[in-house]
Amino acid sequence: MYTQSFNVPDNAGGKTVPLAPSTEDPVLQAAFDARIDADGRIEPQDWMPEAYRKTLVRQISQHAHSEIVGMLPEGNWISRAPSLKRKAILIAKVQDEGGHGLYLYSAAETLGTSRDQMLDGLHSGRAKYSSIFNYPTLTWADVGVIGWLVDGAAIMNQVPLCRCSYGPYARAMVRVCKEESFHQRQGYEALLVMMTGTDEQKAMVQDAVNRWWWKCLAMFGPPDADSPNSALGMRWGIKRVSNDELRQKFVDATVPQAKVLGVTLPDPDLKWNEERQHYDYGQIDWAEFWETVNGNGPCNKERLATRVKAHNDGQWVRDAALAHAAKKQAREMRDAA
Amino acid sequence: MTTALKEWPLWEVFVRSKQGLEHKHCGSLHAADAAQALEMARDVYTRRQEGVSIWVVQSKDITASNPDEKGELFDPAADKIYRHPTFYEIPEEVGHM
Amino acid sequence: MSAAIDYLLHLADNALVLGQRNAEWCGHGPILEEDIALSNVSLDLIGQARLLYQLVATLKGGDCTEDKLAYFRETHEFRNYTLLELPHHGPLSGYAQSDLDYGTTIVRNFLYSALMALLWEALEKSANADLAAIAAKSLKEVRYHLRHSRDWLVRLGDGTDESHARVQASLDHLFPYTQEFWVQSPAEAAAIAAGIGVDVTTLRADWDAIVDAALAEATLQRPAVGGYVTEGKRGIHSEHLGFLLAEMQSLARAHPNGVW
Repeated sequence: MYTQSFNVPDNAGGKTVPLAPSTEDPVLQAAFDARIDADGRIEPQDWMPEAYRKTLVRQISQHAHSEIVGMLPEGNWISRAPSLKRKAILIAKVQDEGGHGLYLYSAAETLGTSRDQMLDGLHSGRAKYSSIFNYPTLTWADVGVIGWLVDGAAIMNQVPLCRCSYGPYARAMVRVCKEESFHQRQGYEALLVMMTGTDEQKAMVQDAVNRWWWKCLAMFGPPDADSPNSALGMRWGIKRVSNDELRQKFVDATVPQAKVLGVTLPDPDLKWNEERQHYDYGQIDWAEFWETVNGNGPCNKERLATRVKAHNDGQWVRDAALAHAAKKQAREMRDAA
Repeated sequence: MTTALKEWPLWEVFVRSKQGLEHKHCGSLHAADAAQALEMARDVYTRRQEGVSIWVVQSKDITASNPDEKGELFDPAADKIYRHPTFYEIPEEVGHM
Repeated sequence: MSAAIDYLLHLADNALVLGQRNAEWCGHGPILEEDIALSNVSLDLIGQARLLYQLVATLKGGDCTEDKLAYFRETHEFRNYTLLELPHHGPLSGYAQSDLDYGTTIVRNFLYSALMALLWEALEKSANADLAAIAAKSLKEVRYHLRHSRDWLVRLGDGTDESHARVQASLDHLFPYTQEFWVQSPAEAAAIAAGIGVDVTTLRADWDAIVDAALAEATLQRPAVGGYVTEGKRGIHSEHLGFLLAEMQSLARAHPNGVW
């Protein structure tokens, strides 16, 4: 499961812009602020500022879109999984991502936006999703590395969201996080086993790590200095830890795991900083990141077209189920009369 | 059919995690009818043995209290402390009561 | 023992091939809830296949494993019903490509689950205790698959004009393949003689009843059958199984000494 740790405006075509000042009723606003300050929870029927509602819908729906688009890169290997055990694990894992998307769409629906409206945003290209899924899965090792690193990065992001100020989002995240640790562990374990195998297998793992490492670091979003909306998200309790802090936490946690696995991380600047008590790391290529976010990565068009096709091809099935439910209800009413 | 009807209705799902416990709200999903909502709830919300029984109810059929009336609805219970057993002091020799 | 092995492979290959097909919907379903439902069906089937292959591996002994059986046998060694290897769309040659059609998926799952709901129940009394235990577990699973596919069959049949026409076409396409169910293969005959297997022809009247009741509710016409009877369970397959296996086995075969 994968959140975008940043919250990109869906159609600003680029960097985040600060929100306009509030024009809400000052009394209601004050009560809302007080509840947020007291670390209280906001529930669907409570009053909330429009900007809070809009930000949440955008963030939760981007998160949900990321889950269902995220089914595709790993789904790419289900049919070719190299053992029946790994096949079952992978199906269960990709299925979970679908479940996470579903929990999140449901959470966003409590804010008055329907799933169809959100899907329309995705399918029309207006809505964003995590840019990590616009990269291809080229070998079986990518499946393991996505579990270990991509899910690992996502967990860093998502654990704090379990305490998010919006009740339905927080509850969805609790459910998601419970299921998530299976995802990271299965990925890491799959890699551990491959590293006991043939030289080709080991090379496959290292190659996958090389291709995914920097993309995972970018998943945490732009540096805090370039994320004006992050501050507002923190103020509202829908973002609990800053991008850079989460990224650092991820690097610190991952370096020893890489060592146990026996792979190197592709960053010559990666080294322990005794003074900071953290690992230093090199420059992330933000130009590439924004290109991919804005639609020009290697798989953006394929991912989106695949989702649109599944939705369009399923229209007759969804219509049939509704038509049948209506017919059945009409028959029952007639029989009761 | 109008476009507004194109989306499957939303259902709330309640799961009993084991025999003897109450059903608890665990989330929602879309389904065309009740039978389908039950099956989908089974597939979506009990993949890890989370339940032994499921209820589904269409979300629009739930009537909720108004948060603006929270004061008049719930605050009056706050001072009825005599409803709680700890309000009463009983001599120790009586033992557990 | 060879009777048992051939029969178990037939059951295992059925489960694996249909599990592989159902998993093709993961990420591509008509609605998110159905992606999850079909993944569950697929996981059940792959689970059944694994138990059966493990049992075969034990009987064969040596270095045989479930994965050797799944990944390193050739197309003609697979013993599944031809019905189960077909792609999710109407009649097209093996290398022809088409979209996933949900009606085809549902009809196939229904026709097979209706049979297996009866067969697994009968196999609970198999003289092979391991097979009887697998049957008991699989019976619960297939009852749910039958319920899922039957409900959808009724929704699609008695839904819109379009869905009715589409699912009738799927039924017309797939129904002739069920003739294979009722023609006993040598492996089945040997397994019946050994008390391990069940004579499927004794289940035919019950299968007809399940199918006819569902088709009536779905307002669908039962197609006439006749003509060519497929022989997948004797290793003579359609053009499609070769492609399915080529994809499924490619990675394992590229790394015969790999560990996963």
